[in-house]
Amino acid sequence: MTSRRFFGERFTRNEDARLLRGLALFVDDVHLDGMLHVAFLRSDYAHARLISVDTAAARARPGVVAVYTADDLGAYWQPGPLLVAPPPIDGLVFNAATQVPLIKDKARHAGEPIAMVVAESRYVAEDALVDIVVDMDPLDAVVDLEAALEPDAPVIHEQHGTNLASHVVQQKGDYQRAHREAALIVKRRFHYDRGVAGALENRGVVAQWDARCEELTVWDTTQAPIPIRSGLARMLGLLESQVRVIAPFVGGGFGSKIMMFYPEEVLLPWAAMRLNRPLKWIEDRQENFYATTQERLQIHDAELALSEDGHILGVHDVFLHDTGAYNPYGLTIPINSQCTLLGPYDVPNYYTEFRVIFTNKTTVTPVRGAGRQHGVFVMERLLDFAAKELGIDRVEIRKRNLLSSDDFPHNHVILFQDSAPLVYDSGNYLPALEKAVDLIGYDEFVREEQPRLRAAGRHVGLGIVSYIEGTGIGPYEGARVTVEPSGQVRVATGVGTQGQGHYTVFAQVVAEVLDVDLDRIHVTTGDTREFHWGTGTFASRGVVVAGSACHEAAVAVRKKILGLASDALGVAENDLELEGGRVRVKDAPERAVDLGELAVRANPLRGAVTPGTEPGLEATAYFGPDRGSTASGVHAMIVEVDRETAMVEIKRYVVVHDSGRVINPMLVEGQIQGGVAHGIGNAFYEQLVYDDTGQLLNASFMDYLLPTATDVPRVEMAHIETPSPLNPLGVKGVGEAGAIPTGAAFAQAVEDALAEDDLEIREIPLSPNRLFEMIRDARATR
Amino acid sequence: MSQQIPISVNVNGTLYERAVEPRLLLSDFLRHELELTGTHVGCEHGVCGACTVLLDGDAVRSCLLFAVQVDGHGLVTVEGLAPDASSDRLHPLQEAFREAHGLQCGFCTPGFLMTLVAFLEENPHPSEREIREVISGHLCRCTGYQSIVEATKIAARRSA
Repeated sequence: MTSRRFFGERFTRNEDARLLRGLALFVDDVHLDGMLHVAFLRSDYAHARLISVDTAAARARPGVVAVYTADDLGAYWQPGPLLVAPPPIDGLVFNAATQVPLIKDKARHAGEPIAMVVAESRYVAEDALVDIVVDMDPLDAVVDLEAALEPDAPVIHEQHGTNLASHVVQQKGDYQRAHREAALIVKRRFHYDRGVAGALENRGVVAQWDARCEELTVWDTTQAPIPIRSGLARMLGLLESQVRVIAPFVGGGFGSKIMMFYPEEVLLPWAAMRLNRPLKWIEDRQENFYATTQERLQIHDAELALSEDGHILGVHDVFLHDTGAYNPYGLTIPINSQCTLLGPYDVPNYYTEFRVIFTNKTTVTPVRGAGRQHGVFVMERLLDFAAKELGIDRVEIRKRNLLSSDDFPHNHVILFQDSAPLVYDSGNYLPALEKAVDLIGYDEFVREEQPRLRAAGRHVGLGIVSYIEGTGIGPYEGARVTVEPSGQVRVATGVGTQGQGHYTVFAQVVAEVLDVDLDRIHVTTGDTREFHWGTGTFASRGVVVAGSACHEAAVAVRKKILGLASDALGVAENDLELEGGRVRVKDAPERAVDLGELAVRANPLRGAVTPGTEPGLEATAYFGPDRGSTASGVHAMIVEVDRETAMVEIKRYVVVHDSGRVINPMLVEGQIQGGVAHGIGNAFYEQLVYDDTGQLLNASFMDYLLPTATDVPRVEMAHIETPSPLNPLGVKGVGEAGAIPTGAAFAQAVEDALAEDDLEIREIPLSPNRLFEMIRDARATR
Repeated sequence: MSQQIPISVNVNGTLYERAVEPRLLLSDFLRHELELTGTHVGCEHGVCGACTVLLDGDAVRSCLLFAVQVDGHGLVTVEGLAPDASSDRLHPLQEAFREAHGLQCGFCTPGFLMTLVAFLEENPHPSEREIREVISGHLCRCTGYQSIVEATKIAARRSA
């Protein structure tokens, strides 16, 4: 569209200088005159009836301004909204139970807030927490997913009379027929356990009520500032224009910051208005382990029906999904699991059924991957076991089942998380697999290297798995592009940003249309005053949906530019081109006009205009895809296992991925490398350990291990670009891809390395301890 | 409780005299008393490294120190790295981080920078292994570390 290239280039980021100098504003950096500080008293019990709370001593402590319990909230006390309605699936059961601001009758997970203390400093607020006397009557906790459904299990939400939060069956074709016709049935049980999102910045809220202007300003670490603004306005009885929510620089989200509304997000604005003082609450790391949402416990009983030559005839999967104490996010995660399980494969018959279970653990909402890991793990492991039983090479069995590039759009019939049928838009799966095979040196490794190293007593193994990721779902995002009289361009969009590089990539999208230097394009995200329609940053959709809106708005501005320039230069629009912030005549480039000058002309201060003229070089556009675009890829890794200590070293890691058109390879590679690190954590280091009373036993970074620089290898990458037909940029999402297939690849590689032990890995996370047990057990049974 | 201890600290070349509670963490002192909010707090138990600052030239975790412990000492925080606060020039390590995409959300970045500045001072030509070892005391959830390693190599190469 322009003479210069802004797509496909490794532009450094517009936002970096501020971050590197320590000048970027994060929520905890907000300092306001007269600001008070908040601390929360949280339940020590995972499941307990609340009998009484005595706050008198806390209120009497010098420096304490207020203490609130559920009773103080009056009619403001309301359970949070159900964020995602269940898709219209026949026979679906859904029992909603959403989180409450402060507990009234009982605690349903450890860390649920009981009381809120407001004081002159955070130190004093925390002092006052110990002054509060709470009487609670502990109840048996629901922790185990299967025990939760036993008739004598304690019930977490009495109004439902059961711990069953949901039951869903989806089907494609006729699995029973596939089962009857199959030459081989592979049937296994799989576990995938919980971890944290682990953003380095904990959550935080600052709320300020300006009584004279009647305006509420909230700084929030949310991934979804606009829905927070709309919800707060409704709850507090304010106009949306009276509430400004700012998600400034946010220190990582990974899904946990799109949960709405956290109790603190509801309580601080309310109390700030009541006290007429600005309030700040910043979560500490221990609170984060209890109070910020988590993900991933599922138990699958899955079977794969195959023909003799290894073609998939059908899949049957029945699983349990742990939603924790509440289910505000509806069925997003388990439906993602259902839909992602099919992978890049041709699966004619599919029966998938799940039950969602309430447990006395921290609430589960999407965390990077959002249920997709489980599906990939189940399918890829089943294929591995099938390959072994049929005596087919594991790459070969995958090749035989991949959808071909002629199969698109491919309709999988069942409904996806956005309630639309699961239809893959485009893909090129075989070339990706072949490329990964080539890059990791599969043939050579299997033929020569592995036998040679094994002969030398070393335990090396290779894992190679494929995956797809439904990305870039609706409903919509918007953007406004404005050329200012200085010639600088402002871009405003409603999504929040947590490190993805939106300030740069949205600038590239606009530059591609307007040909303006990137340092003259200023992107604002996450401030409801700048742009106030939109949903948020989730589901790998920022560039796909908001990026497309930026593109559409820029195209509309370009049209205005060309119209005005045509008048100004007396030349037909077709004979004009945009270059370096100017419009010039193609054949006579010295005849040109600056965009800034056109911006001035676009906003005349005197004189008549043609009726219908809109002022300004400005346009707002919205983009809403009718369904998500499907990214895909292949991960391959080589590991070496120390059979005595069960430590695993990742020797090489290869990712071939296809997220459609790549706008900035540097940012895409950063997302993948970081996602893989997250996936490695999930696979081998990170696990939230709950005891049978619902107590989390490892609520610190001392005991819960995030991978470090010595655990994460350099990821070797190759891009395949199969454009999506569903958006004008041809892009697909990439934010979660790196984290999705890692567990499956890791399990296959470790199992391969330990081939002589003949063990099967059917669970994630592993850990040196767990792997040690598995090796020991395998030895014992031989 | 409200006992106040007078302290005097040089931070980034400026002398600050304040009276503080003995229990006030150095991280809170820097962030909330001096409003040098570039130093970030990620865990408050000394694991994540986001709060790292230089104390008399050594990289230390400001969440594991009390403000009163640095009375009479000199600190450098991330705000003190760039040669001139009023210009756009960055410290060579900061520049290398930008070039190599060594940061995404940027929250952990100040801590990495402070540790690496001290490290490169001591060991100007580190191997990749040594770089990984030294930053393994820091947590980053976004980058997967590779780009931080690359940035460090770039900075080391340039200082050669």
